[in-house]
Amino acid sequence: MSHLLEVQDLEVKFALRFGELTAIDGVSFTLDKGEKLGIVGESGAGKSVTGFAIIKLISKPGYISAGRILFNGEDISLYSSTKIRSVRGDRISMIFQDPMMTLNPVFTIGTQMVETLKAHRDITKKDAEKIALEKLRKVYISSPEARLKQYPHELSGGMRQRIIIAISLLTDPAVIIADEPTTALDVTIQAEIMDLLQELCQSGEMGLILITHDLGVVSQVTEKIAVMYAGKIIESGSTDSVVNNPLHPYTKGLIKSIPGGVVKPGQRLEQIPGMMPNLTAIPDGCSFNPRCLIKDKICETEEPPLRELNEGRSVACHMIQG
Amino acid sequence: MKPTLRKFKESYFLYSFKRDKVAMASFIAIIMFLLIAVLAPWISPMNPYDSNNINIMSSEIPPAWNEFGDPEFLLGTDNQGRDMLSTMIYGLRTSIVIGIGAVALQATIGILMGLTAGYVGGKVDSILMRLADIQFSFPYLMVAILISAIFQLVFGVGKYEELAIPLLILIIGFAEWPMYARTMRASVIGEKGKEYVEAAKIIGLPKPVIMVRHVLPNSLTSLLVISTIQVANAVMSEAALSFLGLGMPISRPSLGSLIRAGFDYIFSGSWWITVFPGIWLVLFVLVINLLGDWLRDVLNPKLYKG
Amino acid sequence: MFAFIVRRAFQAVMVMLVIALIGFAVQKNVGDPIRPLVGERVSPEEREALAEELGLNDPFLVQYTRFIKKAVHGDLGISFIYQKPTTEVILKHAPATLELVIGAGLIVIVFSLPLGVFTALKPKNWFSKFVMGFSTLGVSIPVFLTAIMFIYLFSVILGWLPSYGRGETVDLFNNGYWQSGLFTADGLKHLILPSFSLASIMMPLFIRIIRSEMMEVLETEYIKYAWAKGLAPMRIWLVHAFKNTLLPVITVFGLQIGIMFAFTILTETVFQWQGMGFMFLEAVQRADIALLNAYLVVVATVFVIVNTVVDIVYGLINPTVRITGTK
Repeated sequence: MSHLLEVQDLEVKFALRFGELTAIDGVSFTLDKGEKLGIVGESGAGKSVTGFAIIKLISKPGYISAGRILFNGEDISLYSSTKIRSVRGDRISMIFQDPMMTLNPVFTIGTQMVETLKAHRDITKKDAEKIALEKLRKVYISSPEARLKQYPHELSGGMRQRIIIAISLLTDPAVIIADEPTTALDVTIQAEIMDLLQELCQSGEMGLILITHDLGVVSQVTEKIAVMYAGKIIESGSTDSVVNNPLHPYTKGLIKSIPGGVVKPGQRLEQIPGMMPNLTAIPDGCSFNPRCLIKDKICETEEPPLRELNEGRSVACHMIQG
Repeated sequence: MKPTLRKFKESYFLYSFKRDKVAMASFIAIIMFLLIAVLAPWISPMNPYDSNNINIMSSEIPPAWNEFGDPEFLLGTDNQGRDMLSTMIYGLRTSIVIGIGAVALQATIGILMGLTAGYVGGKVDSILMRLADIQFSFPYLMVAILISAIFQLVFGVGKYEELAIPLLILIIGFAEWPMYARTMRASVIGEKGKEYVEAAKIIGLPKPVIMVRHVLPNSLTSLLVISTIQVANAVMSEAALSFLGLGMPISRPSLGSLIRAGFDYIFSGSWWITVFPGIWLVLFVLVINLLGDWLRDVLNPKLYKG
Repeated sequence: MFAFIVRRAFQAVMVMLVIALIGFAVQKNVGDPIRPLVGERVSPEEREALAEELGLNDPFLVQYTRFIKKAVHGDLGISFIYQKPTTEVILKHAPATLELVIGAGLIVIVFSLPLGVFTALKPKNWFSKFVMGFSTLGVSIPVFLTAIMFIYLFSVILGWLPSYGRGETVDLFNNGYWQSGLFTADGLKHLILPSFSLASIMMPLFIRIIRSEMMEVLETEYIKYAWAKGLAPMRIWLVHAFKNTLLPVITVFGLQIGIMFAFTILTETVFQWQGMGFMFLEAVQRADIALLNAYLVVVATVFVIVNTVVDIVYGLINPTVRITGTK
């Protein structure tokens, strides 16, 4: 079966002064048309890098060292920097974390929206503005005509993020990659934005890759989920089954540490002892083993592969039997 | 002290330094310049400030390798008969003394003002910064020229000669303190918000102690970076003043005065009076700037990505 | 926005008053104001009478106010050397300096903008390294030395360009005030070396500032987002990055005007260029206090005006400043 987007054994390394660092160590997942995938993990697990890697936006000294990124069957990781521009911002759009830092402070919203369209379509300014207004309305921005003439700092955080979502919709992309879209926003606005994203992806025309550390957000919006740890996916499956029945010790720990999640009020939140390793010092064997409570000898020497247990469910752990 | 020394030895700073050939070369060059200046009385062929050594008959002699040259005067003599090499060595000495002296003065005033303005804030801050702004926007070279001229007018040339060096240190020192003040203030304001300052306050340490013992050391990197630039500037300012005749007096010429003297003779062919001191001055300022550039690259965390 | 302009203008006036005060105080305490008017051989009684008549024994503040009033009307005293009103002397020397500064300014802009941008975009390129190395050299050579070197090379050795003076000038408004060298080939030839000398100090500075600002801008989130949107590199660099780079550079430019003036003194000396810097030195050497003072006041005014204008222009271009009126 051919997927819309298929990432195969992706590896991303950073060539630093004192050696090479592996930020992503063999990550694979698929996304079909209209599907909503969540990539979850702590800061530093490699989730954002994965998102950037898909559209070849990794800043130097990082580079894709291995793997394929198949979009509509073609490996876009091989695209030249000119060719990738036909995908970036056009077929695959991206939403960044902090809307204040993402919009250029010295240009109007209108300019920043029109230029996106003009970069990908042969279109006049007037027509571009019409499309811009249409998308602004779609994200429920009031008085969109006025907004076009305004500057980023004149708007609130929530509005800015909506505008960014609107920008990502301009070219009717096939996939939106949202990198921590609500982390920089107030809690109340977070909910609004997530609702909006959910609504926009409902029609099934557009796929979503939601990258976040917030399990609550992910369970609300996505259909399937991949949990990342130290540069690898250690568990994946449908969102329901992973969240309600986590298998990997790390995922279990994550679920149990969310307030208002599985743990009832009055019960103790559980902590996972230790910290995720620094990418320069990943332990041998299973990278989670120093913090694992159910580990065995084999976990310290051999790296567990991501095994498919049953339809759609995979875990990378020696101790889980299929 | 030992752990600090070891930390330094293992630090990225030293590592980076050893890797960068330009930095090492400039550092060595600066040490050499300093040595030459300090050892001037011993290594210089003669003392150019001693009028007994100057014979007007031996003026404008070209460098030794020229057919009209004299081996006694390796680089020739200036328009008054002074040996170029000696004058250049002593001139370097003067430049260094004034450069370091002026910067020491600037730094002291500037740091104090900046610390106070940044830490105390409020009205004090506004006033001090206004003062700095006014001074900043006014070219101090002009002020320096004026003060120097007025001094000569009022106190006469003789007295001026005696006090030239301290006077120049004062002038250049006073002129540039805003640079230090601004940097220090920016640094203080940046540090003020950090937790260790809060912690110190809670413990009950008095403000001046917090400022000096805690905030100041953390601001040292930026101060160090601008210091090199300021020394280079101070040296160039002194040269400029001397060139205009308002710096070092003719009896004790600095590199700038030599260049000035030589300028009049460049058309008649005695190029060495200008060229040698010129090259000497440029080399000196260049190595300071190179070291400063390297320091800035290393100590500026923002540029680590490059 | 209006409030912003008013506030800046007010600050400017305050600064000027302070500078005028300093200038005036200096003038009062240094030198003898009577001497230029009457010469040496005058009896003490006559001097005293004249002093009384001129109001020189009045309280300081009164004299200062009188000074300010006269200054506002354009009367800043009589020059000792030229025996003419100082304002007239200054105005006659100003065009020379102006043309020099404009010439140098153009050279700086034309060269430092592209070089600064290029070295920021391709820092490891051999040309960039060459430019940066050259710029470090440039700031290490004092402006007067550059000037001398230029003269030595282009006048003495090569004989291509003249080494002093302004050459043939044209009386621009037919009133003797603006002698312009811009309209004659000879005048322009004379302008080349001095402008390049003056530019030689400013260029390295600007190249570095533009480069460092641009490099910072290139690391920002919004530039990364521009890449994510799939915009063309040229647009990202020359539109997005460039505009954000220019803003801080403009403010620096305002500050540099002061340094430029200082350097014109040096340049004009070397080239015997009859501009304000040259006049200033003359006044210093021959103790023409009134002229000195007038010069200071004029220069201070120019700065303050330039800096205020720069601030206002910055406020106009930078949208984040417009609304609030503060930085």
